[in-house]
Amino acid sequence: MEIKKTSLNKLHQSNNAKFVEFAGYEMPIQYSKGIIEEHKFTRSNSGIFDVSHMGQLFIYGDESLTEELEKIFPLDLKNLKQNCSKYSFLMNEDAGIYDDLIITKIEEGYLIILNAACKDKDYDILSNLLGSKFKMNLDNNRSLIAIQGPKSVEILNSIINGVDQLNFMTGNWFDSDNQKLFVTRSGYTGEDGFEISISNDKAEKFVENLIEKGAQLIGLGARDTLRLEAGLCLYGHELDINKTPVEANLRWAISKSRLSNGGFIGSKKIMNQMQDGASQIRVGIKPEGRLIAREKTKIFNDTDKQIGEITSGTFGPSVNGPIAMGYVDKEFSKVDTKILLEVRGKKHPANICALPFYKKNYVKGVN
Amino acid sequence: MSEVKFSKEHEWITLEGDVATIGITKHATEMLGDIVFAELPEKGSNVEKDGTAGVVESTKAASDVYTPVSGEVVDTNQSIVDDPAKINEDPEGGAWFFKLKIKDTSELDNLMNKEEYDKFAKETSS
Repeated sequence: MEIKKTSLNKLHQSNNAKFVEFAGYEMPIQYSKGIIEEHKFTRSNSGIFDVSHMGQLFIYGDESLTEELEKIFPLDLKNLKQNCSKYSFLMNEDAGIYDDLIITKIEEGYLIILNAACKDKDYDILSNLLGSKFKMNLDNNRSLIAIQGPKSVEILNSIINGVDQLNFMTGNWFDSDNQKLFVTRSGYTGEDGFEISISNDKAEKFVENLIEKGAQLIGLGARDTLRLEAGLCLYGHELDINKTPVEANLRWAISKSRLSNGGFIGSKKIMNQMQDGASQIRVGIKPEGRLIAREKTKIFNDTDKQIGEITSGTFGPSVNGPIAMGYVDKEFSKVDTKILLEVRGKKHPANICALPFYKKNYVKGVN
Repeated sequence: MSEVKFSKEHEWITLEGDVATIGITKHATEMLGDIVFAELPEKGSNVEKDGTAGVVESTKAASDVYTPVSGEVVDTNQSIVDDPAKINEDPEGGAWFFKLKIKDTSELDNLMNKEEYDKFAKETSS
């Protein structure tokens, strides 16, 4: 299959991107300055991320759409206000996660942002569940640009006036350069920032404009170190079909009002796990010293019993040390529990620690 | 000091008497990206030609460091363990990895000179 390219591919090339294949797309892993500088620039200034490979699924319908979606997602969508977003999951009957996503209520429907590697399958699952009653469009004509970091609000507001009035996890349509952009105040770096849905033919010029105002392009490499420092899950690593939201320590994302009556796919398993607890749970892990423990590293207790496995591990540039996330047996999941990580045949000491590794700077209340 | 030689695994080596100094090439560091961890062989241990003799990790991945010749490890560069970023800054100078007392200098014969290595690096990275 031919590798897919986003509308910003040429711009990445002219900015000396190193490319990797990611979910069938040619994506920039880094630019000439490298992952650590790109990471730090995002934390201190403003980084631009091409996330156009992600799915933008627009679903339109009448009020029955909300009812149908509540049978799928563990959310209180009836009471979700227009232009407000929620983090959620698409699950199977066993509460195994097909994908994690952001759903936003828009005029006459919903916009769901899906992971690139999952989007086509998600579309099939959702169309099977919803039938033909609603208009569904996995829109390939729109790019998705994230701008993240403390200076992003000022930079973006100078191009799209009014975005500074958005609260975290809300969005709206804005007019800019004779077209409609959907902007949400959100992101996946632990910083204040925005995601902008824009038609493909306008995306390059829009990003060039952001660069002119002082923002810089950031690759997927730094996106990964930023999200890991922020303690955020990455599908295919922390989350997959064999993990449930309770095991992933994401019960905060399940609306309380939905827990008493259930009625969504996977609700039985989730309610059971909420009551009895899950046998394994996602935790933050800090290796002692400088050692990096990557994905699939085995975790042991002090009597040599394997108690879990790392799902993501790297060097955190802002933490200035190694960080990781993984799953451990429940009895070892308390903060400050001493564990051992097997790297290259030797066991190295590490500690369970609280997430996030790096404190967030989200803007909660503008209004 | 002898001419700098290079291996296909992107190590460089210089020889002074029977002591070889070994590190990784600038090209290797460019391929790896930001290096954040280095592990070196133990002083007094013996390493075999083309065997692993250390590890470097970038933000992206771990890579083995190989030794292009056999010998006894007589010195290691603790400064790159304490501050791995030095490897990106000065890979073919101050950020050497380890020194070996070697027995068989003919093991260097099949290694590349600078011109050959530059050509090899260019061909293999494109």
